[in-house]
Amino acid sequence: MEAVNLRNVGHSIPKIDGLSIATGKPAYTEDLAMPHALVLKILRSPHAFAKIISIDTSKAERVEGVECILTYKDVPKVRFTLAGQSYPEPSPYDRMILEGVVRYVGDEVAIIAAVDEKTALKAMKLINVEYEVLEPVLDFEKAIGHPSVVHFEEDLTCNFDIGLHKEQNIVSSHEQAVGDVEKVLKDCEFVVEDVYYPQAQAHAMMETYRSFTYQDYMGRLVVVSSTQVPFHIKRQLARALQIPATKIRVIKPRIGGGFGGKQTGAGDVFAALVTLRTGKPAMIIYDRQETFSCTTSRHAMRIKVRLGADADGFIRAIDLEVLSDTGAYGEHASTVLSCVGEYTLPLYNKTKAVRIRGNAVYTNKMPAGAFRGYGATQGTFALESAVNKLAERLAIDPTEVRLKNISQKGETFLTGHGVQLGSTALDRCIKKGREMIGWKEKFPRQTLSGTKVRGVGMAITMQGSGIANIGTASAEIRLTDDGNFALLIGATDMGTGCDTILSQIAAEVLEVPLDKIYVSAGDTDTSPFDPGSYASSTTYLAGTAVLKAAEELKGKILDQGAKFLGASKENVIFEELSVRRIDGEGEISLAKIAEQTILGMGNLQLAAMATHGSQISPPPYVAGFAEVEVDVETGKVDLIDYVAVVDCGTMINPNLARIQAEGGIVQGIGMALFEEVRYSNLGKMETNTFMQYKIPCRQDVGNVRIAFEESYEPSGPFGAKSIGEVVANTPPPAIVNAVYNAVGVQVHHLPVTAEKVFLEMLKQQ
Amino acid sequence: MQIELTVNDKLVTWDVENDEFLADTLRAHGFLSVKKACDTSCCGLCTVWMDGKPILSCSILAMRAHGKKITTIEGVSQAAEEFARILTAEGAEQCGFCSPGFIMNVLAMKNELDNPTEDEIIHYLTGNLCRCTGYMGQLRAVKTYLGVA
Repeated sequence: MEAVNLRNVGHSIPKIDGLSIATGKPAYTEDLAMPHALVLKILRSPHAFAKIISIDTSKAERVEGVECILTYKDVPKVRFTLAGQSYPEPSPYDRMILEGVVRYVGDEVAIIAAVDEKTALKAMKLINVEYEVLEPVLDFEKAIGHPSVVHFEEDLTCNFDIGLHKEQNIVSSHEQAVGDVEKVLKDCEFVVEDVYYPQAQAHAMMETYRSFTYQDYMGRLVVVSSTQVPFHIKRQLARALQIPATKIRVIKPRIGGGFGGKQTGAGDVFAALVTLRTGKPAMIIYDRQETFSCTTSRHAMRIKVRLGADADGFIRAIDLEVLSDTGAYGEHASTVLSCVGEYTLPLYNKTKAVRIRGNAVYTNKMPAGAFRGYGATQGTFALESAVNKLAERLAIDPTEVRLKNISQKGETFLTGHGVQLGSTALDRCIKKGREMIGWKEKFPRQTLSGTKVRGVGMAITMQGSGIANIGTASAEIRLTDDGNFALLIGATDMGTGCDTILSQIAAEVLEVPLDKIYVSAGDTDTSPFDPGSYASSTTYLAGTAVLKAAEELKGKILDQGAKFLGASKENVIFEELSVRRIDGEGEISLAKIAEQTILGMGNLQLAAMATHGSQISPPPYVAGFAEVEVDVETGKVDLIDYVAVVDCGTMINPNLARIQAEGGIVQGIGMALFEEVRYSNLGKMETNTFMQYKIPCRQDVGNVRIAFEESYEPSGPFGAKSIGEVVANTPPPAIVNAVYNAVGVQVHHLPVTAEKVFLEMLKQQ
Repeated sequence: MQIELTVNDKLVTWDVENDEFLADTLRAHGFLSVKKACDTSCCGLCTVWMDGKPILSCSILAMRAHGKKITTIEGVSQAAEEFARILTAEGAEQCGFCSPGFIMNVLAMKNELDNPTEDEIIHYLTGNLCRCTGYMGQLRAVKTYLGVA
């Protein structure tokens, strides 16, 4: 369907839930919990790696108001993964709800359920645990072949061969090569080689992880969870708790941000276990320290890049060697690793050979997991930093090197299994971005004074739209008895606005005003299946499912209307909420059709359901440009201006797309300049509050300017691609490049701090 | 202990613990707009007014509200909605979790500053963190609301 003359799609309609959540109406998990739910607290390991010799809970259990205390002796002896991925999950089943071994500082030791928080905390202090402390694996570069084995248990399994060698602390090995990289590199005129270290980053969503559980009147377990993946949580709980999936209902209310963090389970399983054991409602709220130190982060990586170009500046070979730190458990380890190449290698398409190989390793630190960008962020930092270096070697403007080498519409990729690129406006994004930032005047640097130098830098990036051949989404639309529409979706709005966007798509196809549609979403009892909102899937996959369902339902309404009007379907049209005969000889309103089909003797509620999966995952693109000011006396870097030009195909809702982009860019700015998950030399996280872990505040981000260059993706709804993740990727390489262009300091370890810049500047003198 | 205070123009008498924070007391009494997100007085989500001035309710003991006038967003619903309409028109509420505290601070700023500059706006609101929006859309909304665009 072409995106012309549209009434809903392409319009900046405010989010349908916006006013209500902005003004503080009760809508989030904690708001919905029953007032007398048991309060859960978790006793956590103080050691990075230890065996539990004994646990004495007897004193704690005697505290008045304690309902139960559960240890590894009280849980099913079955391993599972907290990764929210489609079954069969490619993450290893390497954890139990509680276990006699603890693998990082913060790993769960015991669950305390009590009438209130004070009682639970009092009881927690009375639990006596004796540990046999083991030598932890803390440096991920020394994990392979380390004398300590993080997962020595025999019963660890995985659904796929992901290259798991647990005795070597390797959770996954990956290699993909097309062509002979070594040979092509040898023939290249220019070869650039470098090593980059994208750091672990915390999601730091404002609503911490939380879950409220109870048993309903049928004895079924109901889990109200701040999650991106209700259906995956349901499957996870069925396995971990060893109960039938039919006995579980997961409800996702409004959630206060996710960024991929809530694609991995957190407290659900503990609350669920307590409810099953006690029959009572239970509530777990992770505090900020637990959210920082006992959930997941972005995978820290070491990425070695080799790039080869010929004398004309065409990139002929790309070689990536990755080491990824997955921490104590392997959630998303193999897929984040492979996505490092998946979402970077197809950027450049004059290549003759490309390769990515690498390992994800276990260490005794908090697990890494899904995080907006999902490997592409790390890969983009490495590849784009290297491309900037190559441009300098070639003495070609970095924007021109990109324009020479980027993929064009209709092309196939070395790693792309013959799939043609359906849409790209990346060339326009680059040209527009360099104009907006004033590249020609500002590149590479401007000296403002004896102490202040400004530099500009840039990077490009891509992502996918959904997971090809795996991601699916279903949607159902019903004509309701009052002549309105119920849109049922499993997609999980986490503030991104998908409930609104999917309604816009339905309204567009059905040709009805948006307020004729209400959304019911994120309830595994009533929603059609959707894996959840991750992998930049929702607009592209769920959007197409909604589009298909709406088209089918519209056909049924026309059929039925024609029948009532005694006409053939070809001789009626739908307009102004009525089915009308073309000859003007009669019309029937939608309300009347609903009434006559659903009520009385109609015996026919009109509804349509559609499921959509895609064999391709079309890439959205961003060209990002940074202007920084560096104080040469201190190394302090101030971001002055950030320009990002985005190709997300058709924008279903331009304002929501813009906000997604601005937010993603600022998260990337945080990764570039401020944020770092750090551990002590004993493996304890040092950055477990906002006092130590700095996310950007209003004063830190300079000016962020977003522009769009629309393309039209033929496989997407109204030409749309994704936007959720791609926007997070450009700031680290663009800002690092801007700093280099300003003062000649190449930062390899993110984030770029004043100390790093200053010390490097000293060395240069 | 027992405290007497005015919440959204209504006189109430509440029993509170000696170590109870105002944010928890307010939530316990059904003012669910009050959110907490950091435990370290960093994020601004729990912002309410005490005698008309914005405070962090997660960091003030409930007993200190004795004899004071507390205002939550429920108590200024008309003004809050007026600004929320502008905020949502920008799409800048996103997950919405930080919005009530943010809005309380925006309304307080409007009462306190005349024709603030962009720098003054940013300075006033810096204590309100947001992880979703990147702040730009919020700034556009605030400028529109204050008529200083």
